[in-house]
Amino acid sequence: MSDAGMDLRELYQDIILDHGRHPRNFHALEHPTHLARGHNPLCGDRVTVYLAIEGDRIADVSFEGRGCAISTAAASLMTEVLKGKTVDEARALFAQFHARVTGGEPGEPPSEALQDDIERLEPLTGVKAFPVRVKCATLPWHAFEAALKSGLAGQTVKTE
Amino acid sequence: MAASPLRIDKQAPVRGFDARALRREFPIFTAHPDLVFLDSGASAQKPRSVIDGIAEFYGTDYANVHRGVYQLSARSTDRFETARETVRAFLNAADEREIVFVRGATEAINLVAQSWGPAYLKAGDEIVISDVEHHSNLVPWQMLCERIGARLVVAPTDVTGEFDLAAFEVLLTPRVRFVAVTHISNVTGTLLPVERIVQLAHDRGAKVLVDGCQAVPRMPVDVQALGCDFYVFSGHKAYGSTGTGILYGRYDALSSMPPWQTGGGMIASVEYAKTEFLEPPHRFEAGTPDIAGAVGLGLALDFVEGIGREAIAEHEQVLTGYAVDKLSRIPDVQVVPGGQRRLSVISFNVDGVHPHDVGTVLDQHGVAVRVGHHCAQPLMDKLGVAGTVRASLGLYNDEADIDRLAAAVKACREMFVR
Repeated sequence: MSDAGMDLRELYQDIILDHGRHPRNFHALEHPTHLARGHNPLCGDRVTVYLAIEGDRIADVSFEGRGCAISTAAASLMTEVLKGKTVDEARALFAQFHARVTGGEPGEPPSEALQDDIERLEPLTGVKAFPVRVKCATLPWHAFEAALKSGLAGQTVKTE
Repeated sequence: MAASPLRIDKQAPVRGFDARALRREFPIFTAHPDLVFLDSGASAQKPRSVIDGIAEFYGTDYANVHRGVYQLSARSTDRFETARETVRAFLNAADEREIVFVRGATEAINLVAQSWGPAYLKAGDEIVISDVEHHSNLVPWQMLCERIGARLVVAPTDVTGEFDLAAFEVLLTPRVRFVAVTHISNVTGTLLPVERIVQLAHDRGAKVLVDGCQAVPRMPVDVQALGCDFYVFSGHKAYGSTGTGILYGRYDALSSMPPWQTGGGMIASVEYAKTEFLEPPHRFEAGTPDIAGAVGLGLALDFVEGIGREAIAEHEQVLTGYAVDKLSRIPDVQVVPGGQRRLSVISFNVDGVHPHDVGTVLDQHGVAVRVGHHCAQPLMDKLGVAGTVRASLGLYNDEADIDRLAAAVKACREMFVR
């Protein structure tokens, strides 16, 4: 395989291609408690993240939108790991994920309980080698964070 | 000179046109020997004569223009004004006072919208644009319409990508005062029937601005034959440096327009009570211009003229056909229609694969293309796509580049489409 092929397979791992083609939790929630939109003006990607929070726990999470394989897979994997987490755990996951895809400081080490989820998100860290694509992977997470802040007001976050 | 210089029946590579040899004039390809550069529609690479010429100008003849009585300033002014004459000849304008140096096509269009617009447009009037305009030939008119209470009317292209002259004619009501259209679409590559558009608009007393960004670097352009009132282009797409563009305006149009930006270099006399302005083009060139950029643009146009625009047009025409053919044969690839006469811009999508993913894969194969909405979001909405992959040609591209593009697109498809 050529160098191009090797690098590309780091970025487009099978799990990314699979989630990009067949995103999980890809629908609107009927009764969300929180929602927000993410928009990347550079490529036109749009994502809406829906949350149903009961107490301090994310009882359900889903998304809709259109985007590249990276942002679609990132959103899909995000919904999988967030379901059932407490809001604090979800924020800790985002911090870890953000650090891993941007090469930033990971901050507090994650608790044992979140290790499996962090590993689940590991395939997305291939974007580190493609700086212009990092925003694709973080867009749904930024929308998630905006949803936590804005409730049902439906804030829109833009990458830039 | 009404006939189009483009011949579309040619199939074989143009005899005597050696893109590989020309590529050696561009240092970027020495620095990146394996680069397949297919984004000249966004900005062209620069020949050595421009890069070295700008340095030489700064090293030998540079001073501010139109200011000093000393010899060096006179020499600098001479180089600057010589570049203006080069541009005049390149566009076959009647008079070099019709050539205004600006920062780029965007600034040129904003200048016309903000100077001509409020002076001549009133509430209820209409401005017609096409539906393949770059945002820079759309938003300034939209803003102007909002400000004046005028209406923006959009003339359609048909499903083949061709500009719909019949529909345009219907839209040309007596309320239409201005028409702004591109010469070649930066998304579809469609060559618009600009001469006919100008005739129809002039018959009804409307002025016409043509965005020549994609046309000027690759085909003969004669503003007198076109008959348009304004013609604009960006120097950096025509192998010049960034920061320099051209507004051509018929002298009667320019001389009846108020200044846009004001300041030094554009006044005849200033008193606290009143200012007299210079005649065009200086009326529209407030402040110190990009002198070296203008000199560089002159050198770039000399370079293009040295090869010959007829030859470049023919070469790129044949290559465009080759690329459309090659891409169309790849399963799951949809080439955006570009009409009967398409030049140097080919947009396409791979079914089921987002343009950004295609762009990344192509980049990893050493093929530089633009992906996204190409500053034409309303057109993307019409096409029903989030964006496209766009390959755009320069005079240094050849069939081997297109073969590399096609191979990379195939690799992309194998990766994503199963």
